Amino acid sequence: MAQASHTATIRRTGGRLSQRKIAPWLFLAPGLFMFTVYVLWPIVESVTLSFYDWNGLYNADGAFTGRFVGMGNYAELMRDPAFETSLWNNLKWLVLYMLALPIGLMIAIFLNQSVRGIRLYKSLFFFPFVISQVVVGLMFAWFYAPNFGLFFLLTEWITGKGTAILADPDLVTYGIIAAGLWPQIAYVMILYLTGLNNVAPDQIEAARLDGAKGWRMLWYVVLPQLRPATFIAVIVTVIGALRSFDLVSIMTKGGPFGESRVLSYYMFEMALGEYGFRMGYGAAIAVVLFLIMMVFISGFIWKMWRDETER
Amino acid sequence: MFPRPIQQASTGAQWLYTIALPIALLIWLFPLLGVALTSLRPASDLAQGNYFGMPSGIAWENYVFIFTQTPMAKYMINSLWVTIPTVIGAVSLSLMTGFALAVYGFRANMLVFFMFVAGNFVPFQILMVPVRDMTLQLGMYNTWYGLALFHIAFQTGFCTLFMRNFIKALPYELIEAARVEGVSEWRIFWFIVLPLMRPAIAALSVLVFTFIWNDFFWATVLTQGVDSQPITAGLSSLNGQWIAQWHLVSAGSIIAALPPVAMFFLMQKHFIAGLTLGAVK
Repeated sequence: MAQASHTATIRRTGGRLSQRKIAPWLFLAPGLFMFTVYVLWPIVESVTLSFYDWNGLYNADGAFTGRFVGMGNYAELMRDPAFETSLWNNLKWLVLYMLALPIGLMIAIFLNQSVRGIRLYKSLFFFPFVISQVVVGLMFAWFYAPNFGLFFLLTEWITGKGTAILADPDLVTYGIIAAGLWPQIAYVMILYLTGLNNVAPDQIEAARLDGAKGWRMLWYVVLPQLRPATFIAVIVTVIGALRSFDLVSIMTKGGPFGESRVLSYYMFEMALGEYGFRMGYGAAIAVVLFLIMMVFISGFIWKMWRDETER
Repeated sequence: MFPRPIQQASTGAQWLYTIALPIALLIWLFPLLGVALTSLRPASDLAQGNYFGMPSGIAWENYVFIFTQTPMAKYMINSLWVTIPTVIGAVSLSLMTGFALAVYGFRANMLVFFMFVAGNFVPFQILMVPVRDMTLQLGMYNTWYGLALFHIAFQTGFCTLFMRNFIKALPYELIEAARVEGVSEWRIFWFIVLPLMRPAIAALSVLVFTFIWNDFFWATVLTQGVDSQPITAGLSSLNGQWIAQWHLVSAGSIIAALPPVAMFFLMQKHFIAGLTLGAVK
């Protein structure tokens, strides 16, 4: 009797253990399947496609009509002035988007008080991030509109000659970046507000007793404690800068004269836009953008990996 | 606390702060306020060049026009048809993946986890051609489910990161104790972990709702025309027709912005908890 119940226990724990081996994969299966089909596999396909010349069509019998061109698409990219413009503009986006960090931090410090109604102020300052970029783009297009837009009137008042920034090939990208910064600053601000909330008060008090204040306090005591917030802010800002598609599409469609194109928009134009259906060429542009992004993604993963294994 | 509480400052500084707050807010929200005011301005004012002076009246008819003469209401419904299934789908899938990655120490755990995280950051363009092609092949181009399925898959990356970290922070003893009692893994998930996930589910639901409602890129790539286009793509095509009719563009923009804004105000705490995940140690 005792023997029987003992083997039963063993069998049960045995079942337990194998259940514990299979269970994670059953829980992962649906999510992993969807992610593989819609995210991982398409990356492989895009990379493959970038070596082909393909107009997106199939034969009547369903066969792929693409033609293998090897590095042809990439060689063409090297000579393509529009690609060069897009690449430079992406760089401008990346560098100028980083302004979201100091500005977001400044606003967060400004709002980190406990006065009446401050919660409402914080939410209202956060507002731009909640709104769709399509709407942000339309709002700034109105703000920049020639002849009556407030920005135009302002420049007219200061310099005597109004600037229609979205029609100016030299300035257009900066105009769009400014629009993109608006929600991005709001996002960074909320990250820093949360961070400031969790700064250790005893350290601040101790530093105050030592006579630290203002900039020195910020630089030597507060900022080091805000490192996790800064890290996330850098990540989301880099991604935001490289994903800039909506604003370009809504505000200028890459114009005037293609001067406001970025890689994400140029890729779309090539593969689905008025320039026809050059899927392979578009895929090559996407691969370049992907590789740029991969530099940042690997850095992020590397840091997360370190944090995880340290624990 | 940093900066020093304003209550400890001089009366003058306190006054200055009280005045500076609303002024800073006005400047900050200027584009939004301008558009909101323009949306209520009669078309005749704009025609006469009265853009910023006193409006000659409040033109609710701009909004009436949006709802009666344009397919805006249809676009909103299309958006809901994409957004709500995506929220349900992505949250459900990631509850399971997050549970698997947080509770079980199998060998590929980290690899799978980082794959979800990394996939979440790739540029959309690298997915565009194959996803569009696949959606066409499966006959799901121009349907709400074609768009929703992609969104579910993509959002699962971000949601998994969130859920996994949330479950990791739960006391592991709960699960251990249940296992000692002989509770099956599925019942541990369903009866022990799931009830504790409510805050995470709320946070992710509002975030995913906002992300998907505001999505423009995939709406452009996977849908076309009034029947299936969500509001972002719809607004963009209406904008093409309403050249320089700023009272209509403004009213349309305000309408498109309202649902996520309402969602944010109703669920503020959850929204911010979701966005600032990882901003504090």
